[in-house]
Amino acid sequence: MINSSFFINILRFTLLILVQVLVFNRLNFFGYINPMVYVLFIYWYPIKENRTSFIIISFLLGFFIDIFSDTLALNAASTVSIAYLRPTIMRFVFGVNYEFQSFKLNSTTKAQQFTFLALLIVIHHVIYFTLEIFSIANILLIVQKTLTIGLASIILCLLFSSLFSTKKE
Amino acid sequence: MQQIINFLIRYKIFLLYLFLLFISLIFTFQSHSYHQSKFLNSANYFTGNIYEFFDNTTSYFGLREENESLLEENERLRHQLYNRKTNLTNTPAPIDSLEKNYTLVRGRVIKNSFSDLRNYITINKGRKDSIEQDMGVITAKGILGIIENTSEGFATVQSILNEKSNINAKIKNSNHFGSLVWDTKNYNTVQLVDIPRLVPLTIGDTIVTGAMSSIFPENIPIGTIKKFDLDKSKSFYYIDVSLFNDMTNLNNVYIIKNLKRQEILELQEETLSNDQ
Repeated sequence: MINSSFFINILRFTLLILVQVLVFNRLNFFGYINPMVYVLFIYWYPIKENRTSFIIISFLLGFFIDIFSDTLALNAASTVSIAYLRPTIMRFVFGVNYEFQSFKLNSTTKAQQFTFLALLIVIHHVIYFTLEIFSIANILLIVQKTLTIGLASIILCLLFSSLFSTKKE
Repeated sequence: MQQIINFLIRYKIFLLYLFLLFISLIFTFQSHSYHQSKFLNSANYFTGNIYEFFDNTTSYFGLREENESLLEENERLRHQLYNRKTNLTNTPAPIDSLEKNYTLVRGRVIKNSFSDLRNYITINKGRKDSIEQDMGVITAKGILGIIENTSEGFATVQSILNEKSNINAKIKNSNHFGSLVWDTKNYNTVQLVDIPRLVPLTIGDTIVTGAMSSIFPENIPIGTIKKFDLDKSKSFYYIDVSLFNDMTNLNNVYIIKNLKRQEILELQEETLSNDQ
């Protein structure tokens, strides 16, 4: 059981990086919208796993995307932040339920899943574009990019998560 | 001591998070002000080969257009070649100066980007083709950028669509030069600044590279004037230049090596140190 979830995670890790850098980074919808679907890794990652390894793996995920897209450590910083914040977000979205041993992402309502995913993506994008643009004078640009690209990411992540929904877990 | 250890154990996840965040922030802020990192770029063996493999499979789809544009370039060059004798008297043909001072290497774009603030392009030529930092990269239509980092087989190019980019440019057939920068808004438009207001300008004038740069030869086309305005100080123009290159569709490029660059840089350094 541990082995299978381990391999699934490695597979997800590699596939999400490749899909992100080879397909979605070249999308350039309306000239600048490149949705970031690799956030799904944080969304899908097993809840009961060791937090230390989760944070390190998330850092590596962002780091690999950075090397591919020449963004230095923007993706690493934002991914490691949402990985750290994930338990807080989950407690906020799912309430006390999430502390129980029997808690599963699939057993929650669609609205809860959507809020969880949307919060992850919004926080990720805010950190990402604040660091990328890094000036108060361009705060409108930050807001605009976060909203448009965030919306695209949410739509695509929802499509992907319903396409590859994990019924077994 | 016990308490310190307890503290470390209790907050180990938070401390790990802070540590990783700190590392990424250092990299990020370095890249804002300084050159792209020497090691963390897509010109390494691993990412370069993945991009090249992907490009090899997808480049077939654009072959017809690519052929068309190469034919166009050939046509133009032949035109220049056959008409050379007649205008040898007024202007020396640029081919001649290229032969003496510059060598060209052809390459192919394997990763392009134009939607970020700091865009980098990866090409499939590297150190083993004697590509080094600070060489110019052009396409058949106009300039593209400057080599930033190299690995054995690949190189990253700082695109002109990069907020750190700053290239010497001038108005064709005049010697008024300024700096070519990018305001990060539109991938078809770059900005030419520091042209004095007394220069007569017309919309549609051609902008070419200037002679001040030791990277690009003079008179490589960049684009045409789209609109111009005075900047805040009211003494210089702020010119929007629409590019000849379609930055979203790049394939074949040429890398220019200036054989005299070392000499120029040494001379400039010597002059500066004599000054002090």
